[in-house]
Amino acid sequence: MLNINCPFCGARNESEFIHGGALKPRRSETPQELDDDAWIDYLTVPPNPIGPLEERWWHVRGCGKWFTLCRDTLTHQILQPGDDQA
Amino acid sequence: MSNQYRQPDGGLIDRSQLIEFRFNGKSYQGYRGDSLAAALLANGVCLTARSFKYHRPRGIIGAGYEEPASLVELVGDEESGNQPITRVMIRPGLSARSVNCWPSPQFDLMAVNQLFARLLPAAFYYKTFKWPHWKLYEPSIRRAAGLATAPARCLHRGHYETRHAHCDVLIAGAGPAGLLAALHAGRSGARVILADDGVEPGGSLLNQRVTVDNKSARAWIDAVVAELDALPGFTRLAEASVWAYREDNLLMINQRTPREDSIFQRGWRVRAKRVVIACGALERNLVFANNDRPGVMLASAVQAYLNRFAVRPGRRAVVFTNNSGAYAVAADLRANGIDVAAMVDSRARIDAALRDGLAGTPLFANHVIETTHGRGRVNGVTLRDNASGEKRRLDCDLVVVSGGWNPNLHLFSQARGRLEWNAEIASYSAAEAIQQCLCIGAAASHFTLSQVFADALARAQELLTALEIDAPQAGNPPQCDAEVDYAIEPLWHVAGDQRLAAKSFIDVQNDVTLADVQLAIREGFGTVEHVKRYTTAGMGIDQGKTGNLNVVGAIAGATGATPAEIGTTTFRSPYVPIEFGVLTGIREESVYLPYRHTPLTAWHKASGACIYEAGARWRRPGYYPQAGESFQQTVNRESLAVREGVGVYDGAPLGKFEIKGRDAARFLDTLYTNRFANLQRGRGRYGIMLSDDGMILDDGVSFKLADHHYLMSTSTGNADRINQHMEFFLQTHRPDWQVRITTVTTQWANATLCGPRARELAQLLAPGADLSNEALPFMAMLETEVAGIPARICRVSFTGELSFEINVWSRHFASLWERIMAAGETFGIMPIGSEANHVLRVEKGFLSLGHEVDGTADPYDLGLGWIMSDKPDYLGKRAVQIRRAGGEPRRELVGLLIEDPQRLVEESAPITPQGRREASEGFVSACVWSVVQQRSIALALLLDGRQRIGETVYIRMQDEVIRAEVTRPCFHDPDGKRLRG
Amino acid sequence: MQQYSLFSLARNALSHHRNWAQAWRSPELKTRYDVIIIGAGGHGLACAYYLAKNHGIHNVAVLERGWLGGGNIARNTVTIRSNYMRDESIPFYVKSVALYEGLTRELNYNLMYSKRSMIDVVQTYPKLREIKRRMMNGALHGSTYQRIDVAELRRRIPPLTGGGADSRLPIIAGMVHPEAAVCRHDAVAWSFARAADARGVEIHQNTAVTKLLREGSNGEISGVETNRGRINADKVAVVVSGHTTSITDTVGLRLPLKSFNLTAFVSEPVKPLIDVVVNCPDIGVYLSQSDKGELVIGGAPDPGQSFRRDIKQQVFEDTVCSLLELFPSFKRLKLMRQWGGTLDIAHDATPIVSATDIPGLFVSAGWWGGFKAVPAGGYTLAHLIAKNEPHPLIVPFSLQRFKRLEFILEAGTTTVT
Repeated sequence: MLNINCPFCGARNESEFIHGGALKPRRSETPQELDDDAWIDYLTVPPNPIGPLEERWWHVRGCGKWFTLCRDTLTHQILQPGDDQA
Repeated sequence: MSNQYRQPDGGLIDRSQLIEFRFNGKSYQGYRGDSLAAALLANGVCLTARSFKYHRPRGIIGAGYEEPASLVELVGDEESGNQPITRVMIRPGLSARSVNCWPSPQFDLMAVNQLFARLLPAAFYYKTFKWPHWKLYEPSIRRAAGLATAPARCLHRGHYETRHAHCDVLIAGAGPAGLLAALHAGRSGARVILADDGVEPGGSLLNQRVTVDNKSARAWIDAVVAELDALPGFTRLAEASVWAYREDNLLMINQRTPREDSIFQRGWRVRAKRVVIACGALERNLVFANNDRPGVMLASAVQAYLNRFAVRPGRRAVVFTNNSGAYAVAADLRANGIDVAAMVDSRARIDAALRDGLAGTPLFANHVIETTHGRGRVNGVTLRDNASGEKRRLDCDLVVVSGGWNPNLHLFSQARGRLEWNAEIASYSAAEAIQQCLCIGAAASHFTLSQVFADALARAQELLTALEIDAPQAGNPPQCDAEVDYAIEPLWHVAGDQRLAAKSFIDVQNDVTLADVQLAIREGFGTVEHVKRYTTAGMGIDQGKTGNLNVVGAIAGATGATPAEIGTTTFRSPYVPIEFGVLTGIREESVYLPYRHTPLTAWHKASGACIYEAGARWRRPGYYPQAGESFQQTVNRESLAVREGVGVYDGAPLGKFEIKGRDAARFLDTLYTNRFANLQRGRGRYGIMLSDDGMILDDGVSFKLADHHYLMSTSTGNADRINQHMEFFLQTHRPDWQVRITTVTTQWANATLCGPRARELAQLLAPGADLSNEALPFMAMLETEVAGIPARICRVSFTGELSFEINVWSRHFASLWERIMAAGETFGIMPIGSEANHVLRVEKGFLSLGHEVDGTADPYDLGLGWIMSDKPDYLGKRAVQIRRAGGEPRRELVGLLIEDPQRLVEESAPITPQGRREASEGFVSACVWSVVQQRSIALALLLDGRQRIGETVYIRMQDEVIRAEVTRPCFHDPDGKRLRG
Repeated sequence: MQQYSLFSLARNALSHHRNWAQAWRSPELKTRYDVIIIGAGGHGLACAYYLAKNHGIHNVAVLERGWLGGGNIARNTVTIRSNYMRDESIPFYVKSVALYEGLTRELNYNLMYSKRSMIDVVQTYPKLREIKRRMMNGALHGSTYQRIDVAELRRRIPPLTGGGADSRLPIIAGMVHPEAAVCRHDAVAWSFARAADARGVEIHQNTAVTKLLREGSNGEISGVETNRGRINADKVAVVVSGHTTSITDTVGLRLPLKSFNLTAFVSEPVKPLIDVVVNCPDIGVYLSQSDKGELVIGGAPDPGQSFRRDIKQQVFEDTVCSLLELFPSFKRLKLMRQWGGTLDIAHDATPIVSATDIPGLFVSAGWWGGFKAVPAGGYTLAHLIAKNEPHPLIVPFSLQRFKRLEFILEAGTTTVT
């Protein structure tokens, strides 16, 4: 159970959060202009490194903020609190 | 004579409390403070177990949780699974028996296995028991394996509890290092938790005859503990095992005997800024032939029995060692009146100070024990001279072995700390830590008391500095007796022929011998993990604590690799076995699976409703049976009430969200496949949401309340998921949009009046409102008062009948419902449940997420192409296009009329070409008895369904084939006149 | 291949077991093979065996970065079954179960294969409906399921005393899948390895592939780079479930896979307690009892991508809570050991056994529940490699399905987040 630093609430147990997957680029406003392969890739291929991974977390049992963390997928160390995209 | 092996005085037991207990059916006496092992040894009981595979006689080897040989199970009220005999403390009424032997360890019928020992080497079962098949042999093997019987009842004195704690420093182990570090940290005002596995604090100090600061070790311990317990911010946990090291310095501790009577065991979750591993060191066994005979004991265990329990484990001892540590034990034996017949040291060069301290005990340097003798108990050993090979026999009834010390690095390794081979101590030492922890004392490879104290103090000081806590000057570590530095020469096993190797036990608990390890290597299983799995060494309850390093040594011997190259197997939690009950604390039943009620649950139950578990753990009425009704009759009655009169249902669980902000309309347009931006105030629209990869996520009606202000409803089961979906999209992908979402699922409740007489009844309840079709058309909303309660009335319909969904604040819901039922009595109003709702929506062909949406259909397939607008983009649009681009036939929503109109078929029944037993071409998504058609009807997804209206298709239910006619998926009011009325 | 039998065991006992041959050789590493299989796990070793046996292709090297059979084949909870939902999946698993049933004889190695049946303990109606769907679809393809009532369920699982009428989620029914079995997982790896080795396949441990090489004139695969040098081959199969993308990334192949952690745990060994495999799908726990007496228990995977192979406390506690809901007497039983394994999962949670856009490069990945699939997975992958054509059973598992987003959703109605 990770000890996660919510940008608003400070350090809280992982059970207050929901994990939202690896961080992806901003979802295009105009996917109709992308070709099929590019769109399929965006939808289905996530980053999957052994090492640091930027990912989204939601403080669902707290302030409701979605934010980005960088976590090492091998050691689970949280590498830097991460700046929110907002 | 009882307690004939007990010393007249000494020890840390309470001689004022004599306790009677039973072991294998016989009565014995011991003292308070005795472990079961100590009490039995005091009574001269030596043979206490039979081994797992060979059923060889076994005794007691250790003094703590490292005990590999003797497991017991408690019987009676204290019924338990496997317990090491050394960890059970005697108490009045205790009754224990040895596991896996019958009728007793003294006379065990399965001992016949020893005759077949040669047929039963490691992994023998892979080579045989194949013909005719394994199942023939399995039952006997299973009965012979498995040690204790599982406790059948969960009888205990109280309940399990979980506590959470934060601290600056968690210290695992209250031996000399842990106590000193705790003292220093505690005095500085840091928040400290000190957890120790033992019944009383002191660790190794409890077992040794030493002085600390010129007082007895016990006196020193007492003084330190007294000071610690008085410090604010200090918590001491006794009989508490730190069993797991999780992420981010979360440690799991099992407090086995909390002082509160009602609490049986307490689990702790501790988040510590720093963890100090003061777990000491574990002694390892020596590997030689018949080293498992009762009467062979670890040196540290013998010390514990002598000094702590005042028990003489024998009368005449031979000590066998490869290191300097055993010499102090020899001195303790002599001090307790035990004749030490020989000190056998495998090393050739022995420190002069050690020789001098032998005081007349014959020293056999550069010798080994080749084998032990005796039946049921050791009565002698054969020594062998390493140089000349000459052998000699010595009589003895106690063999004290010491293979060297292993720093206890289990927790450190769990924390992913790196281990490195340390040739100086012939064991692994802690190298870099990954998490915020450090080892001190013997765990940090210091094996004399003065080194332990010095290290503990220095590291505690560093720790406080790192935490930026002001600490007083450390001062000097306590004074200790003179000691000889630890010295060792590894002896991984005593060399010998195959016969001897087959009786030299490396893993005593799992009956794994040196020959087994050599066999494994011979067959190509040369890595330490392979050896472990092939032989099962280290996979017992003791996790091979006393033998694992000898396995590494054996591999080194056979392959020529060094221990550094070989490495260890992975250390896995728990450090010691932990009861499942304490892992969960009081999380049982509804605490673990919390459920949600609407404000009307009491009313539903009082009305005899059968309550279902709906999505998202809502408790919702399925149907309201009346006396004498069958299930079908109830559902028919409720459905008919809606079709012909008026029914009412509790829609409180529906997901509801208020969506506000400048970009709210744009947001809805992105989420839904159809347009919402052009919705008028006071109007709603049914929409479908897709995931961006084109799967149907949810459906529901959203209303526009005002400019930039919408009220969305979702399905009951998906409300939480859609909330996540929306927040994720906004905060992750459109943080520049101004949209605010407020969950109002439980703030608002609604009762839906549905049926041809619904307007009449609603008008009666809301006389001040104009509820005509002109004033309040289908999909419109009105804010008004109903039964005097502020309400929103929405004209939405999930049943296909004229419907008025009356939304009120939850705290008014019960009153509203009462008023509805009262006013509706003359209308013959009936409450309806989800079963009737299901029938009504099937008759209309309305979508149900749990039925038609099965992970393959898109809205076009479901006949909802009209809902896929030509907006340039919305979530999922592109994916659906890609999926449909090939123009392949799709499974489409159709209706089915079963050939036999009285026949119902199972939901999900497959439809196959011509009814053949092959891959399906569709499936039945719902099948109900229709009250309007008075026959069975079904909905199905069928390949190319819309082109096959009128065709006969074949439903397969197991081996039965049922014919049905394909029809349009609507069996009532296809033009929707009734709900728009 | 040295025969294993009671006779050979007895004969060797006379010579103190000094004459057992190595189960597999440690040959010199060559610089070229016809086929390289990356990963000496269950699927990789099975594939090597079937390549040699069914297709006469012996010039095969299996490269393993660690120790043979040390990945998920060593960590799983050994349930073998075929009760899947979709027409695309069921026949594959039916084949795998059939292959398993004959493996002990075929490989001359006691896999300790024990048909136990699996019983789903059903506590909600939607779940009952889902399982009935599996039952009816299974009947089309030779996978069987039978419904039993609660009394019969309790009779077959005596320690299951929870889930009564007054409990939080009363048990509604049991669904029995009679063909379900368990066996010894290490034996599966070792027996395939031994049999493949006997047919000339080379297994190289401590040989880590660092890069795929794509230097063919048409961009085909040409071999691999390893920590022991370069090895050439015209065909390379990546069979390292859990770690697939770290290998395929080296050649720029993008796969819809992500890796996650799945854990399991065992209790102390006790006398026989449960004779069947018990699955509790509504509360997320499943268990069986090993021949040694340990209860082997598993639950839901950990959230988030991970290669850590360790425990998340709150996920573990949830699984134990579920266990004790139905088996309250287990409160006094003790946890003895726990561990994790790394799986990779495809976007639609269905496996991938496929050729790729790179000629000569094959992938077998996305196995969540891959142990039951080992024989069929190896069998069909061998076919694919040998003939450059997918075996009919794995046509649906091709990567091609993603080009049209034609997901095969075994579980649930939407894809994994």
